[in-house]
Amino acid sequence: MSEDNAPAKRAGGRKIELDPRLAAYQGVWVFVEHERGEAHTVSWELMGEGRKLADKLGVSLSGVVMGAPGPETRQFCQEAFRYGADRCYLMEDPVLADYRNQPFTKGLTDLVNAYQPEILLLGASTLGRDLAGSVATTLQTGLTADCTELNIDPENRSLAASRPTFGGSLLCTILTLNYRPQMATVRPRVMPMAGYDASRSGPIIEHPLNLVETDIVTKVLNYIPDSRQDKPQLPFADIIVSGGRGLKTPENFQLVWDLAKVLGAEVGASRPVVQAGWVELERQVGQSGKTVRPKLYIAAGISGAVQHRVGMEGSDVIIAINNDPNAPIFDFATYGIVGNALQVLPALTEAFRQHLAVAQKAG
Amino acid sequence: MHIVVCIKQVPDSSQIRVHPVTNTIMRQGVPAIVNPYDLFALEEALRLKDVYGAHVTVLCMGPPQAEAALRKAISFGADDAVLVTDRAFAGSDTLATSFALASTIAQINKNMAIDLVFCGKQTIDGDTAQVGPGIAKRLDLQLLTYVSQVETVDTERRDIIVQRRAEGGVQVLKTRLPCLITMLEGTNEMRFATQAGIFRAARHPVKIWDKTAAGIEDPAKIGLKGSPTVVSKVFAPKPKTIKAELITCESDTPKDLAVTLIAKLLTQNPNLETAIGKGAR
Ligand SMILES: Cc1cc2nc3c(=O)[nH]c(=O)nc-3n(C[C@H](O)[C@H](O)[C@H](O)COP(=O)(O)OP(=O)(O)OC[C@H]3O[C@@H](n4cnc5c(N)ncnc54)[C@H](O)[C@@H]3O)c2cc1C
Ligand SMILES: Nc1ncnc2c1ncn2[C@@H]1O[C@H](COP(=O)(O)O)[C@@H](O)[C@H]1O
Repeated sequence: MSEDNAPAKRAGGRKIELDPRLAAYQGVWVFVEHERGEAHTVSWELMGEGRKLADKLGVSLSGVVMGAPGPETRQFCQEAFRYGADRCYLMEDPVLADYRNQPFTKGLTDLVNAYQPEILLLGASTLGRDLAGSVATTLQTGLTADCTELNIDPENRSLAASRPTFGGSLLCTILTLNYRPQMATVRPRVMPMAGYDASRSGPIIEHPLNLVETDIVTKVLNYIPDSRQDKPQLPFADIIVSGGRGLKTPENFQLVWDLAKVLGAEVGASRPVVQAGWVELERQVGQSGKTVRPKLYIAAGISGAVQHRVGMEGSDVIIAINNDPNAPIFDFATYGIVGNALQVLPALTEAFRQHLAVAQKAG
Repeated sequence: MHIVVCIKQVPDSSQIRVHPVTNTIMRQGVPAIVNPYDLFALEEALRLKDVYGAHVTVLCMGPPQAEAALRKAISFGADDAVLVTDRAFAGSDTLATSFALASTIAQINKNMAIDLVFCGKQTIDGDTAQVGPGIAKRLDLQLLTYVSQVETVDTERRDIIVQRRAEGGVQVLKTRLPCLITMLEGTNEMRFATQAGIFRAARHPVKIWDKTAAGIEDPAKIGLKGSPTVVSKVFAPKPKTIKAELITCESDTPKDLAVTLIAKLLTQNPNLETAIGKGAR
């Protein structure tokens, strides 16, 4: 694979001369995260991204599945193939039933040392961030967190991982020099889901963990699942209606709820609105809030600052309502209404209500 | 009980501006603050001190000015402060930073055995959430990330029970001391500095350690040399070229605009027809 012995290139003022020992590292891996019998969708988003990287490098793409022994865990390997993996590394052990840092760090580190991937991707979830930091430190390699773009540097075949920096106003591209694997995490919903092909399959490579419960210091005493009903589910909503500071008062924010109700949408908000306590933190969209990719995003009284934009620009269709024709949100929205949100929102609510009534009669 | 809290001094990112032409960061005049996430860690440590009694040492790696962050922490109630500062640290990424901090913590531990290390969830400038896990790994401490609450600490039995935010729920975990906790944001509220605290903060001798004092022998592990990652370029997000299609109609009343918009929206995106109203309550 490493015919590409390009002359040492300078990056960040430093020479890259990949140690031949490290050139042995090959292939792209995606850590398949799952809890309570469900895979985290960020794994399949990463699988799509991993596929592109693997194809650019001309190497294979693998899923890594760790969990308690049984068909449930194995099922995630099948899923990984369908989302684009060529192979799967499977580690089954009873101590892996619940996520704990120590056994997962050992397991993933052992797998990396045994099969040597050049790139390892994880979701920037609470689990992924916990695990990635420990694994990178154990392996003494570089890790780039919360990437928004992954690419291959054509000159030296290394992973070019881009992420927001300085409060999100700029992006920076980070390279891991002379260390392998190159690790990166990506936040949920930043990348689109990989395509699904039910006919795909592949080989499963099993590897033992070699730990017993008594080796593990931390014990899970209890797990209290969040009740689904009372938690906003922004990242997976089909439609989101968001309000910003342009709505002026918490009372006016009711107009956002009204429209959301008619559309069956989730309610989102910009940061100032959350900080003012008009809505709960879970509803904040943006760099320090949730990343969303709904089919339709309606932004009322939101200026479209870059920190908000990065959380919602993956939406299929964006409608912006703002009384300032020069608001940055009009630079990337699909449709715009220049007007007073306090008037346009109720008008939209009413118009959608009528449209739905007519559609219902017709259907 | 001896608790070490790692705090970082960071530029207040809400006040950072990017030069519109050169795309460089304009740092001048941007105030330095204690990383806001670290205040939740510090407050939790002070809360444990209130309940169980503890000696709280705050630790910061940074330029000499970062001493101000440590004095701030003392005014809130920390007992002792260590600033590790050395030109050799310049350019450290998270791996090199966690190495330097871990080495310093090992030195602090020699003087007074440590039971707990606290870190913030992440910094607002580095924003990686890696330094905490990195320190834990290097010191072989059990790692508890995203802790929302410390339930009990038992220094006799040497164990601790915490609640940890996991995906989709809360884990209640029990582990052995010493361990490292990264504290979730919004879990507590920083107390106010007392008059006595402010007075003490002004006089307290902050320990200033260079790399030797911090016990670092191998200079290849810190600074640029000890950092596997490098920043290859910094750039502005590329502006999207498509401008919004502005909805207008003859009367331009909100009602007509709304009707025009919906007609256009659903004609051009027929798939939305099934999505709208689907989850209507
Ligand atoms: C480190 C960092 C992280 C951040 N993270 C986030 C984040 O996650 N999410 C986020 O949203 N922000 C975030 N921000 C803040 C962000 O920079 C902006 O300040 C914020 O998004 C602005 O919110 P806004 O658009 O509601 O308010 P404003 O910028 O005040 O905009 C209000 C808009 O409403 C319009 N308006 C006023 N009256 C009306 C009316 N009657 N009808 C229609 N329009 C009207 C105005 O023209 C204006 O465009 C972050 C900032 C920093 C520094
Ligand atoms: N230079 C530093 N000095 C002290 N603590 C730090 C430093 N850098 C990071 N930390 C700690 O590590 C946590 C995570 O930082 P980061 O990995 O940069 O997001 C912070 O919340 C701090 O508690």
